[in-house]
Amino acid sequence: MMARHEPCPPVSTDSGIPVAPVYTARDVDGGPAALAARLGRPGQPPFTRGPYESMYRGQLWTMRQFAGYGSPEETNTRFHFLLGRGQTALSVAFDLPTQLGYDSAHEMARAEVGRVGVAIDTADDMVDLFAGLPLDEVSVNFTINATAPIILAAYLVAAERQGVRPDQLKGTLQNDILKEFLARKAYVFPPEPSMRLVADVVEFATGVLPHFNPISITGYHAREAGCDAVTELGLTMASAVAYCEELTGRGLAFDTFAPRLSFHFATTLDLFEEVAKLRAARRLWYRIATERFGAASPAAARLRFFSGNSGTTLTAQQPLNNVVRSTIQCLGAVLGGAQSIHVMGYDEAFGIPSEDAVTLSLRTQQIIALETGVARTADPLAGSFYVEHLTDEMETRAADVLAKIEAAGGAVRAIEQGLPQRWITEAAYRAELDVAAGRRAKVGVNTFVAEDGGPEPDLFELDPGIAERQVARTGRRVAARDGAACARALGRLRQDANRGRNVLPPLIESARAGATVGEMSETFRQAFGEFREPSPW
Amino acid sequence: MGPPRIVLAKPGLDGHDRGLKVVAMALRDAGAEVIYLGLRVPVADIAAAAAAEDAAVIGISVLSGAHLPIAQQLLAALRAAGVEAPLVVGGTIPPRDAGALRRLGVAAVFAAGAPLPGVVESVLRLASPEVAAR
Repeated sequence: MMARHEPCPPVSTDSGIPVAPVYTARDVDGGPAALAARLGRPGQPPFTRGPYESMYRGQLWTMRQFAGYGSPEETNTRFHFLLGRGQTALSVAFDLPTQLGYDSAHEMARAEVGRVGVAIDTADDMVDLFAGLPLDEVSVNFTINATAPIILAAYLVAAERQGVRPDQLKGTLQNDILKEFLARKAYVFPPEPSMRLVADVVEFATGVLPHFNPISITGYHAREAGCDAVTELGLTMASAVAYCEELTGRGLAFDTFAPRLSFHFATTLDLFEEVAKLRAARRLWYRIATERFGAASPAAARLRFFSGNSGTTLTAQQPLNNVVRSTIQCLGAVLGGAQSIHVMGYDEAFGIPSEDAVTLSLRTQQIIALETGVARTADPLAGSFYVEHLTDEMETRAADVLAKIEAAGGAVRAIEQGLPQRWITEAAYRAELDVAAGRRAKVGVNTFVAEDGGPEPDLFELDPGIAERQVARTGRRVAARDGAACARALGRLRQDANRGRNVLPPLIESARAGATVGEMSETFRQAFGEFREPSPW
Repeated sequence: MGPPRIVLAKPGLDGHDRGLKVVAMALRDAGAEVIYLGLRVPVADIAAAAAAEDAAVIGISVLSGAHLPIAQQLLAALRAAGVEAPLVVGGTIPPRDAGALRRLGVAAVFAAGAPLPGVVESVLRLASPEVAAR
């Protein structure tokens, strides 16, 4: 039987922007002079063409594969493995108990220890995680949000033990709680105290961590949860506005913290639309930063971003097809001017990636960087009638999404009402119905389906003894610490949490004294309460 | 007799709820009554809800890799609550674990990428009185 497939691709983009059969100069609004003003030069306002003048000629993007599982030692082994194969920075995946502030011994934690990331219970675990990895040299990304201030404190203590000063540290703390409420769902505390914790981190970092991004404002997860590229961009900007208002509301000058804001977008398969989105993101942020927040220095209005490939585009059916999908997504991120990139493993529809799969992901980045020549010149698609048209459309439509969120009272209020969450869920359902009906092609799923599904990849297996060992080790460390000093530090944390002081100093003191992630989180749970999601319908 | 009542929940700590919500909407559109319990629901609460709601099918989704211990605990909780309705499990389930889940007593397993119409059809078949009577 012939496989079912459409002879023509759909006539609109993934986000529903209508696409003409051909584009000409007439499709570019305002003619060449107006376009030149909308573009600027790379490294110059409005940064449409990239945040830096020389782009990848000056420095290639950072190849940063997201990694973590099991104990700190096991993840440390994978970090060394990745760096040994030419990865240029680290990105830590934490397990769910760490993300949600439970020690490995907690009853809610036991089944989840070390599964989707590394288990971190104490600052000692963080020391083990970075054994043999000099933190003044290697840039580290931390995908952590509800417990971001606690993990930052543990990282600072680990650096201290290596003899590395805070001003030598480089990397990124995700620290974007709004997208947890929106999509990723690893929230703990209610929105208001959560916003305060985010701001505590940024405020603290602005003084002492000049080379570290204390937040990565993210549209990626909303996209993965189901929304389209336009909504992804609009929601990211809405979150950015909310954080900046929180920070300027504390009396911080925009130009002091804005240069270290970083962003995170998905790059999926609709290649030109994705490139357009990334270019539009820079221009839209420039407008917001200058017009709304009065950015004075160009660096305060210059958007830099990390791109993650989309996991939802990967299929369990015919998994080798995912190599092709990931390659195109990585190319899109490069053409869009990403500062760092993660490429998904082809086996991630089944579990966390095997060593072979992560090596192939890294090789994908290296081949694109070194063999294809796409990194030779900045913003190579600039001036394409089609890409410029899409970039303009993206900017306009994403600004409309931002306006809708603002009409609902801004990102925090809109999220409390469940408004953007409903957009995301409804879009996910529509997309699934489109796949089921064959309106949206997925090779191997609804077209060109293989009889036997193809060979099963050799999957990663987690050591089943991990939870028990981690619980025992933390128990030994807790027994060995100075209990009175730890209790004093936690007491100060409680006081400062209740009195509205910045929680970073007492968190660092607590982490240094051997307090666990669970104890520090419990202090916040008592001070702030816990969030329960409103009904999704 | 009313529409089949289906209890859906995310146990454990995993927050990936896209798949479960899509299944909830599809089941609703297919005429089922869906009781959606939300995120991080303890297994005892799922069992209690299944008993109180007289569920015809219980469905959970786990994308963290913790599906085996969670399914085991939930099946025990369902037995303790006297619930005989079938349990179905979806999520990031490697092929080797699908058989293990069935051997534990899970009625159907839907790995990532399972086509939506097939999921809905299986759940509704499990919910039909003819199947329940067997």
